[in-house]
Amino acid sequence: MKSLIFRTITPVIVSVMVLFSIFVLLRGHNEPGGGFIGGLIAVAALSIYGIAFGVETVRRAIVFHPLSIAGAGLLLATLAGLLSMVFQVPFMTGLWVYPVVLGEEIPLSSVMAFDIGVYLVVVGAVTSIALSLEERGED
Amino acid sequence: MNVTDLTFLALCLPFLGALAAPFLTRMLGHNAAWVLALIPAAIFVHFAGFAAGIAEGTAVTGGYTWVPSFDVRFSWLIDGLSLSFILLISGIGALIVLYAGGYLKGHPHQGRFFSFLLMFMGSMLGLVASDSFLMLFVFWELTSITSFLLIGFDHHREAARRAAFQALVVTGGGGLFLLAGLIVLWNISGVTQFSALASLGPMVKASPLYLAALLLVLGGAFTKSAQFPFHFWLPNAMEAPTPVSAYLHSATMVKAGVYLLMRLNPVLGGTPEWQLILPVFGAATLVIGALLAVRQTDLKLMLAYTTMSSLGLLVMLTGFGAPYAIEAAVLYLVAHSLFKGALFMVAGIIDHETGTRDVTRLGGLRSAMPLTFAIALAAAISMGGLPPFFGFLAKEEVYAALSSSDLRSIVFAVLAIIGNALMFAIAFAVALKPFVGKPVPTPRHAHEAPILLWLGPAVLALAGLAAAVLSGTVHAMISTPMASAIAGVPRVVAISLVPHIGVPLALSALTVVVGIALYIGLARVRAGVASALAWIGWGPDRGFDQAISGLVRLSFAITRRLQNGRLDSYMTMTFVAIAVVLLVPPFVFGELALAPVFPSIPLHELAIMIIAVIGLFAVVLAKDRLTAIVSLGIQGFSVAVIFLLYGAPDLAFTQFMIETLAVVILALVMTRLRLSPSDHRPFRQTLPDAAIALACGLGAGLLLLKVTQVPFDTALSDFFAQYSKTIAHGANIVNVIIVDFRGTDTLGEIAVVMIAGLAILSLVRLRAGSLRRIADNDPDAEEAGR
Repeated sequence: MKSLIFRTITPVIVSVMVLFSIFVLLRGHNEPGGGFIGGLIAVAALSIYGIAFGVETVRRAIVFHPLSIAGAGLLLATLAGLLSMVFQVPFMTGLWVYPVVLGEEIPLSSVMAFDIGVYLVVVGAVTSIALSLEERGED
Repeated sequence: MNVTDLTFLALCLPFLGALAAPFLTRMLGHNAAWVLALIPAAIFVHFAGFAAGIAEGTAVTGGYTWVPSFDVRFSWLIDGLSLSFILLISGIGALIVLYAGGYLKGHPHQGRFFSFLLMFMGSMLGLVASDSFLMLFVFWELTSITSFLLIGFDHHREAARRAAFQALVVTGGGGLFLLAGLIVLWNISGVTQFSALASLGPMVKASPLYLAALLLVLGGAFTKSAQFPFHFWLPNAMEAPTPVSAYLHSATMVKAGVYLLMRLNPVLGGTPEWQLILPVFGAATLVIGALLAVRQTDLKLMLAYTTMSSLGLLVMLTGFGAPYAIEAAVLYLVAHSLFKGALFMVAGIIDHETGTRDVTRLGGLRSAMPLTFAIALAAAISMGGLPPFFGFLAKEEVYAALSSSDLRSIVFAVLAIIGNALMFAIAFAVALKPFVGKPVPTPRHAHEAPILLWLGPAVLALAGLAAAVLSGTVHAMISTPMASAIAGVPRVVAISLVPHIGVPLALSALTVVVGIALYIGLARVRAGVASALAWIGWGPDRGFDQAISGLVRLSFAITRRLQNGRLDSYMTMTFVAIAVVLLVPPFVFGELALAPVFPSIPLHELAIMIIAVIGLFAVVLAKDRLTAIVSLGIQGFSVAVIFLLYGAPDLAFTQFMIETLAVVILALVMTRLRLSPSDHRPFRQTLPDAAIALACGLGAGLLLLKVTQVPFDTALSDFFAQYSKTIAHGANIVNVIIVDFRGTDTLGEIAVVMIAGLAILSLVRLRAGSLRRIADNDPDAEEAGR
């Protein structure tokens, strides 16, 4: 799209949206949010970026093929579920650790890894659809 | 290792051998046969060790629990019946492996062939060793599948592929009948093992489901054992390499049906139905098979049709019910496996060494192949039922069973004489004609076969002689226990080579006289049968082709109708189905929602609802599609706001994002597909579409209304609210449910999202015209195009 205003404002909007999507993803366990919603926000961000600067720019920006991102997410989610088997508890049981970093207790869990997997799958799969539809160079 | 584990190992050994066979063959070439033959030899030795105990009347059982909740075990029963089969399968199997080593010497896929052959051997052993119903069924179908692989071994030829497919359809389909029959037996008796079922015969026979069980079991047995009219796959199976024909299609697999009948004889046998169906179909198969055999000039096909008639004779004897009939079936089964296996291998040798197996183009081979001639003659004498071979004992016992003075016995005796005389003639047509007379030039210069080829048939032919001479030992170890197991009560087999003047001997003499006459006039009989068949003109083999092509046409017609490649018709079908599912049940079951009581709605909520409705009207009334898509977004956003107002922020949040993306993606799809910007549907199409849409909306609305009117069970929400923080350490219940409580669901869902992404990507990338369309599969067009 050739609108100068749109092109100028897009990088700002997109970076804020991506940052916000990660924020929504991470806070999801205790407040509204989570992997699905966060993923969808990120997809929206990437779509806007694609509309402003073209599909190729988006592909370069995200480095990996969107479906590879989705695949990695699915793998991460599965491994997060399988992790519990190593500790002799049923599949998909949440595991928590509370390391103290710089005097601050940070709760980490396999559930969070699972949610990040969900985020990546949504980002990858839907971006792949959106980008392939936007792509018109091949016609 | 105890006996149970050793037996289990013996049953698994062929499959392990099948894994190793390709590597061994790559290392040792055709000599791998010597190593691989050790597998069946070891199995033979292991099970032969049970013979003495079984002869005293104690069956060997063992096994492991498989599915305890259904009382399904992986268990085996080694009694006189299964032991005889196991010894035949493993003994002949060892010889066949050696023979295959010589027959397929230098074949690029010899290792694969050994592998298939051993897999079959394992399946067949499992079949006859099975005590549990389900295990028998699994191995039954495995023999069909391995037989498919072996018949289609030479898969470059269309005839081989067709024969393999036909055998699989007929025998595999019959296996499904068997499964149904076994389930009926299970329902009647409440047991899942043959050893437990054997004593429940009276209970099964008294059941109203007896006839159903019988017919279903017969459906399995008759297809497997090539009984008329399901016989046609067996001659076609001769497309397989000769070792397969000798092993599967004469000595072992085709006898699986007979085995099943013998195994179930104490349970299902002895009733009027049993004694009517089995002898009638058996005798028909006997005579028809022998007549069809006469018409053939291909050595293997002649043998294949006589195999069919022998199977008919066995089925007839199993169901005949007279004294000596079971004993005769036992003796004939053993004798047939020995002589027919040998004759098939001889036919293979002739084919291998001369390049043809057309009996009219062979002659005078006795000087070039004296050893093969001797083997062939020995096997043919046994098949013809002449002393001093085991076949003679078998035939004497057959006539002993049929030589009563009642009408039924006389009719079946006449049929047996006709069948046996024809088989006598064919035995010598196969084993004598190619060797005597003037030498005829053959495609390949004839010379004696190498040891790997002649060893197998020689051992089998000699076994036929030894078994007759040492009949006392054979009866004690094999025949008597086997006959007792089939009859369910102790039986004694006593027949020997010592002459015994009587009706059976006279019938034997008559058979031989008729047989010699038929042998002399074989060419004339062949012409007669050929012209009779030409006059009939239709057979089950053609019927099979017609049935299959009818099936293909039917599925093509259905596919073209249902999957016409038009998105709008798929959408119509889907939404009509949804409307029916939503609307019909409430009316049929009187579960309609009551009229709702409208609460007082605050002004701001009312405003949002009105916006949603306006959005809907905008969609319907929009002039162009882009406006419609954006208007749909208005409606979606309004609903999201309502979610927000009613305390579901997560839901609202997701809804906002979905609506945004839906608008973006729909707009992209529109530009991508280059749809015309406006809707050009004529009114006669808009009206039904609108009706379907209204019906769906109404149905969904009524359903939701009804759902809100039934009492709400709070057990789950209470649970989640209570434990979300304590167990899962999360305050956001929705998210905790998604990623923790019901995480496995989510895992499945994201897998679906992933697959949908893949599928859509490949759809978008598709190039029109690069696809094979449904219409290209039209069977009629295909035929026309040739």
